[in-house]
Amino acid sequence: MPPMDIEQIKDKLGLGEDKIYAVMGEFSDPHDLVHAGRKIREMGYTKIDAMTPFPVHGIDAAIGIPYSKLGWIVISVALCGSATALLLQWWCGTQNYPLVIGGKPLFDFSFSIPITFELTVLFSAFASVIGMFALNGLPRLYHPSQNYRMAHRASDDRFILVVEADDPKFNPQITVEHMKSIGAGTVEVVVG
Amino acid sequence: MADIAIRQDPQLLATNPPLVRSDGYHDLTEQISTIIEGDVFKTPRKYWITLSITGSIVLMLGAMLTYLVSTGIGVWGNNRPIGWAWDITNFVFWIGIGHAGTLISAILFLFRQKWRTSINRSAEAMTLFAVACAGIFPLFHTGRPWRAYWLFPIPNTDLNMWQNFRSPLIWDVFAVSTYGTVSALFWFTGLVPDLATIRDRATTKVKQWIFGFLSLGWRGSARHWSHYEVAYLILAGISTPLVLSVHSIVSFDFATSVIPGWHTTIFPPYFVAGAIFSGFACVMTLLLIARWALNLQNLITMKHLENMNKIILVTGSIVGYAYCTEFFIAWYSGDVYERFAFVNRAFGPYAWAAWTMYSCNVFIPQLYWFKSMRTSIPVMFVISITTNIGMWFERFVIIVTSLHRDFLPSSWGYFKPTWVDICTFIGTIGLFLTLFLLFARFLPMIAMSEVKGVLAKEKQLFAKETVSHQ
Repeated sequence: MPPMDIEQIKDKLGLGEDKIYAVMGEFSDPHDLVHAGRKIREMGYTKIDAMTPFPVHGIDAAIGIPYSKLGWIVISVALCGSATALLLQWWCGTQNYPLVIGGKPLFDFSFSIPITFELTVLFSAFASVIGMFALNGLPRLYHPSQNYRMAHRASDDRFILVVEADDPKFNPQITVEHMKSIGAGTVEVVVG
Repeated sequence: MADIAIRQDPQLLATNPPLVRSDGYHDLTEQISTIIEGDVFKTPRKYWITLSITGSIVLMLGAMLTYLVSTGIGVWGNNRPIGWAWDITNFVFWIGIGHAGTLISAILFLFRQKWRTSINRSAEAMTLFAVACAGIFPLFHTGRPWRAYWLFPIPNTDLNMWQNFRSPLIWDVFAVSTYGTVSALFWFTGLVPDLATIRDRATTKVKQWIFGFLSLGWRGSARHWSHYEVAYLILAGISTPLVLSVHSIVSFDFATSVIPGWHTTIFPPYFVAGAIFSGFACVMTLLLIARWALNLQNLITMKHLENMNKIILVTGSIVGYAYCTEFFIAWYSGDVYERFAFVNRAFGPYAWAAWTMYSCNVFIPQLYWFKSMRTSIPVMFVISITTNIGMWFERFVIIVTSLHRDFLPSSWGYFKPTWVDICTFIGTIGLFLTLFLLFARFLPMIAMSEVKGVLAKEKQLFAKETVSHQ
C-alpha cells in the first residue's frame, strides 16, 4: 500500500475542511435541550446527538438513543470469568498437579467460591469499562465536533444539540433554520 | 413524589435546604477546576511544607523496607508464638479504611443517595491509596517480595507447582488484587468526564496534551453518557458484593483457623461493619481538612458531614454488638480455651489495648446520638481520629491477644514492636497522605459532572432565589 498523505487519510475517514459534519446549536438549560431535541426529532431528523456536561435525563428518549447493549457484553464476559476461575482451580488441583493437603478434596465447588466470585467481578469490571469506551468509539484523538465554537463549553455549562450531516433530511441552510426555530443559540454549520 | 411535596410546602422546604450551594454549572466548574489549574510554582508554601514532611516519611518507609529486605523479617518484632503482629494488623487496618470509598461510590449510588456526589471522588481516591498501603505489608512479610508472582497462578519454571486454592490466604490474594483493580477502574471511569472539563479549559499545550490523553477523547455526547451510565451502574452493582466479599475473605484468614478468638462465624459481617466504620472516619478526617483548606463548605455541607456521622454511629454500634456477641458465644460455647481467650483479652496483659478499643469504637461514637455532637466540627474531627485509633487496636487485639497465650503456658509470650515495626507503619501513613496531597492538588477532588447533575435537579426543585443565595 502506498503511503498516504494527511489529506488522503482525512478523505478516507470522511474528514476535511470541505466536509460538513453537522449543524450544532447550544442551550443553557438541560430542559430546553430535551424539549428542543424532541421538537427536532418530530421534524423528521434521525441522526441527532447531544453534548452535555452531565447525563441529562430524558434526552435519550427525546432524540431516539436506544438503551445501551453494554449489559449483554458484561454478562458474557462475566460468565467467561467464572468459567476461567473454575477451570483454573479444577485443572491445577486435579489434572496438572494433584496435591493432598490436610486430606481436603482436590477440587470442590465450596472452596472454589471465593476465587470464582473474585474473577467474575474482575472480568466484569474490565468488560464494563473497556466495553463502554469501545462502544463510544474511544479513545479517539480527533472529532469534528471540536470545530464548533462552543464545543469546549459542553464539558462546562452548555447543552449542545447536534444534527449530523449524514441525516437523510439534512440540508445546511434548512437545518440551520430549523435549529434556530427551536431556540438554539450560536447555531453553526460545523465542518471537519 | 417526595421532591414535589417539598417544593410545594414552604415548611418542608425550610427543613430540607438544597444539598449543594452553587450559583450555576459554570461557577461549580470554576470552583473545582481552579484548585488544580493554578501555576504549580505558585502553590501556597503551606502545601509544599506539608508535602515535604509527608514525602520525607515516605523516604523513611523506603529505608525501612530496604533494611527489612536486606536483613530479613527478623527486624520486625513478630516471633513465636506471635507470628502475625503489626504487619497483618496494618494490612487489615488499611484494607478496612479503603472500604468506605467503595461503600460511598457503589452502595450509596445504588441507594440513590445524592449526597454521595460531593464526597465520592476523594473517598474513592482514598480507597486506592489505602489498598496500596495495605499491599506493602503482606508483600514484605513474605520476606522475598521479588517472588511475589508466586502468589498468582502464573506458569513458571522456578516454583513448578500451583498455589493452594483451598487456602484462605490465596483467596485473599485474589480478593485484594481484584479490589484494587476494580477500585482503580471505577475511579478512572468517574474521572474521565471531569478530565475532559480540565482539557477543555487548558491554556497550555502541555496541559492540553496531558488531559487530552487522560480523558481519552471524551466529548459528553448523549450516546457516550448512555453507555457510561450503564457502565457506572454495572460497576456499582458488582462493587457492592465485591466490597462485602473482600473483608469477609480477609476475615476468613482468621475464621478458618482453629485459634480460640479467631475461630468464629461472626467474623465476616463484623469485619465488614468495622471496615466501613473506620473508613468513614478516615474520609471524615481527610474531608474536614480539605473542606477547610480549599473552602469547599458550599459543596461539602453540614448535611454531608452529619450523614457520615450517622453511618459512623450505626457501624460503630454494630461493632459494639459484635463484641458483645463474641463474649456471649465464648461463655455459651462452654469451651475452656475460647472462654480463656476472651477473659484474657479483656483482663489479661493486653487489657490496655482492649479497653482502648472498646472506648474508641463503642463508647465515644455514642455521642453521635446528639445532634449537637453530630454537627460540631471539632467533635467530629476528634471522633474521626479516635475511631481510627480504636479500629487499629481492634485488629491488634484480635490478632495479638489470640496468639500470645498459646495452648501450653510454656509457649506464652508478649509482643513488643521493634522500631522498624513502628517506622514502617508511620511510613505507610506518610505514603497515604502524600498520595492524597498529590491527588488534591492535581486532579479534580469533587466529581463535577455528578454534582452538576444534583445541581440540575435542585435548580428544578427550588426557586432561583433559594439556590443563588447561600
